[in-house]
Amino acid sequence: MSKPILSIENLYKNYGATEVLKDINVAIQPGDFLVLVGPSGCGKSTLLNCIAGLEEVTAGAINIGARNMVGVPPKDRDIAMVFQSYALYPTMTVGKNITFGMKVRKVDAEVQARKLAEVSKLLQIEPLLNRKPGQLSGGQRQRVAMGRALVRDPQLFLFDEPLSNLDAKLRVEMRTEIKQLHTNLNASIVYVTHDQIEAMTLATQIVVMKDGIVQQIGTPAEIYNTPANMFVADFMGSPSMNLIPAQVESSDNGMQVHLERGSGERLTLRDTGTLQELGSAREVLIGLRPENITNPNGDAAQIAHCHVDVVEPAGSDTFISTKLGGKSITARMRADTKVTAGEGIDLAFDLSKASYFDPASGARLN
Amino acid sequence: MTDTSTQRTGDFKNALLRAGLYAMLILFALYYLMPLFVMLVTSLKSLDEIRTGSLLGLPRDVDFSAWGKAWSGACTGVQCEGLRPYFWNSVLIAVPAVLISTFLGAMNGYVISQWHFKGSNMIFALLLFGCFIPFQVILLPMAIMLGKMKIAGTISGLIFVHVIYGLGFTTLFFRNYYITIPVELVKAAKVDGAGFFRIFWSIFVPLSAPIVVVTVIWQFTQIWNDFLFGVSFSQAGTQPITVALNNIVNSTTGVKEYNVDMAAAIIAALPTLLVYVVAGKYFIRGLTAGSVKG
Amino acid sequence: MEWLQRHMPKMVLAPSFFAVLLFVYGFIAWTAYVSFTRSRLLPKYEIEGVIQYERLFESPRWEVAITNLAIFGILFIGIAMILGLLLAILLDQKIRTEGALRTIYLYPMALSFIVTGTAWKWILNPGLGIEAVVKDMGWESFEFDWLTDPDMAIYTVVIAGVWQSSGFVMALFLAGLRSVDEEIIRAAMVDGVSTARIYRSIIIPSMAPIFMSALIVLSHLAIKSFDLVIALTGGGPGYATDLPATYMYAMAFSRGDLGQAASSATVMMMVVVAIIVPYLYSELRTRRD
Repeated sequence: MSKPILSIENLYKNYGATEVLKDINVAIQPGDFLVLVGPSGCGKSTLLNCIAGLEEVTAGAINIGARNMVGVPPKDRDIAMVFQSYALYPTMTVGKNITFGMKVRKVDAEVQARKLAEVSKLLQIEPLLNRKPGQLSGGQRQRVAMGRALVRDPQLFLFDEPLSNLDAKLRVEMRTEIKQLHTNLNASIVYVTHDQIEAMTLATQIVVMKDGIVQQIGTPAEIYNTPANMFVADFMGSPSMNLIPAQVESSDNGMQVHLERGSGERLTLRDTGTLQELGSAREVLIGLRPENITNPNGDAAQIAHCHVDVVEPAGSDTFISTKLGGKSITARMRADTKVTAGEGIDLAFDLSKASYFDPASGARLN
Repeated sequence: MTDTSTQRTGDFKNALLRAGLYAMLILFALYYLMPLFVMLVTSLKSLDEIRTGSLLGLPRDVDFSAWGKAWSGACTGVQCEGLRPYFWNSVLIAVPAVLISTFLGAMNGYVISQWHFKGSNMIFALLLFGCFIPFQVILLPMAIMLGKMKIAGTISGLIFVHVIYGLGFTTLFFRNYYITIPVELVKAAKVDGAGFFRIFWSIFVPLSAPIVVVTVIWQFTQIWNDFLFGVSFSQAGTQPITVALNNIVNSTTGVKEYNVDMAAAIIAALPTLLVYVVAGKYFIRGLTAGSVKG
Repeated sequence: MEWLQRHMPKMVLAPSFFAVLLFVYGFIAWTAYVSFTRSRLLPKYEIEGVIQYERLFESPRWEVAITNLAIFGILFIGIAMILGLLLAILLDQKIRTEGALRTIYLYPMALSFIVTGTAWKWILNPGLGIEAVVKDMGWESFEFDWLTDPDMAIYTVVIAGVWQSSGFVMALFLAGLRSVDEEIIRAAMVDGVSTARIYRSIIIPSMAPIFMSALIVLSHLAIKSFDLVIALTGGGPGYATDLPATYMYAMAFSRGDLGQAASSATVMMMVVVAIIVPYLYSELRTRRD
């Protein structure tokens, strides 16, 4: 196993009496793209700033390239950072923005010029070198900010919500560019975002955070398919996972899942896959993604006739809302499904990818 | 038929209101300009004409002699050298005091807005409050202190006083200006390896032109126009122009030479008036800085 | 070296901090301390109780000063605010020469109070000033000798003060008038509300913070008024136009009564504190949001 390029051990950070980061443990290998994701205030930006050395830690270690960096100022950590607002120096030209760091470190003028040329060619910003940031568009500024980071050739790249200030279309374009950069340079990246789609598409490893605590670390597939608790299940994936109150009891051929359907009726589904260690009859929350509730296609999936509340055609799919277990759930149907609100429709439930959660603690049970 | 006539009366009423508006505005303009006009006109008359003529009347024969006397011959107590030496005193006091207090204010504003540390806001509050104190409350101890520092009654002493008591305002101006600069800029510079002074010099100073102008104009106006510090902490040779002016006008010896008084007042007012006319926009910005919310 | 870099911000701020600590707060404490002693020509440092304050409030001259401050303060602030608001509203009516007019209304603030006092002293000169002009115009019996009339002299200070400072109030209010959200005004116009009513019910109420700012600044100017009085009336006739500031100065530098000087200065300080501190407190709190 090669040495991790970044390893965070038992990190704590307090602001006065408030604990902002609690016992963070994360490690990534060189070439990894680590995304820190979570709602506002979860501590992801604070964690990034700690890695950068822009904030002090209260306890714990941050190792970059096997050196413990706690107490080391940002300029000595061999890192580069791209900020949400790009933070370009407004009175300097693009060229000077990119070479400022090298100038401060007294790098040879020739080397500066060469690196500037390399980076501006890579990012296609050569025609912009003599302009000032105020004269650039959002996407151009973003590239210049990345150029400033690239020219450092650091061990670790840090991105703090770099796409949040861009409009939707530009965001998608830049996302692809960042992903390409990662592949081409095999760079080690730590990336903060609140957008879980960005997290899913860019990351090789995701850290989901809430209130300063790590909820789960894993690959996008792991996070998506086997969320560690209800928060992760609900936060990741769009539209979010349906979390339906249910009762389970074991039976001879697998587990029985009972869901309330209003008017006293119960819908009973069978889960043959899940281990029976869930125990005898208990209350759970069953997590089913919308794509696991869909049009019947003749498979052994279980079918129920449901009353349609809302129909949302989204182009490539059609989403249907119905009520189950006292909650509004979303099903993802084929785009050509013909149905209107108020009607009934057959929905097939695929429990093979179901997640079960304990209603009290929110923790995953399977 | 009636439609067009009501339209015309409507237009007429509007025009009348408009005319009334402009009339009022011009009336007020005259109210503000009148004293300046009177000063100018009086300074160009001979004493005889002043006594026999009207306050608002133009001079019959334009006479510049009052100006010459005001500049180099009027009596400010025992000496009769006119305003000239005191004009230069004010320059010697104002220029260094403005430069020093502006520079210090810039550094302080930079620290307070971008380099928070525990207590930095408290320090800002203390500085800010210092702007509002009535200076009467520090006159006595300052007089004693200046004596102990051996700069009592000197130009340096006055410069010192103006710098100390100008710090509050200059810090306020720069802090309010620098606080609009995003924190991420300093973060990026830190990652780039720049330190405290490097960041100030390479990033903040190039951005500071507008606020420097406002601060300099404000400070210059305050210091040039000051009287209290001037009259409390100077002696015969080191008095600023405001003190000299007051001495000329209120001197108890001899005949009251109103034309000289007026000429002297205009001379004393010229520097700040000129600054105002040339850069008034920035002056107003300085006045309203911090007063208007949002 | 690293230690230096880390603590540089504190070290840069430190000189100003200590300077203000000593020269503002230390001095205030000194003055307050002396106000409790029997200091005359030179400061004494034995506390003698509140005798200076007793003397102060029994002094007829101080009573005149305080009364004058009240009269001057209320009139000065009131008239300047009204005039400033009026001018701001007038100027807000899309006037073509707005820039020039603004410059004219505001230039008096660029002048020293000494210059203003000198000019108005001449204008209000009984015999040669306004009185003479009006007399010449035909009103033979017109008298305007307020400047030398002990009962009326304080009002001349109001006249000169308002002339100097109303432009500033106008500038503040004009900025405030213009900062009202355009959309709210448009909505009112669509609703058929008249211009006057828009001013009365929408714009002026939303300017409450500006009123506060103007009030604070004018109060501050009023309490500190020293230069203007010295130039205009010298505090006279007699001490009819004395204000706390001139009283303090007289006690400190001509009468050699440091105890009185200190106590009057401390009283001035207390008045300012009572006004400024609540205002600053609320300002700093909202800013930090």
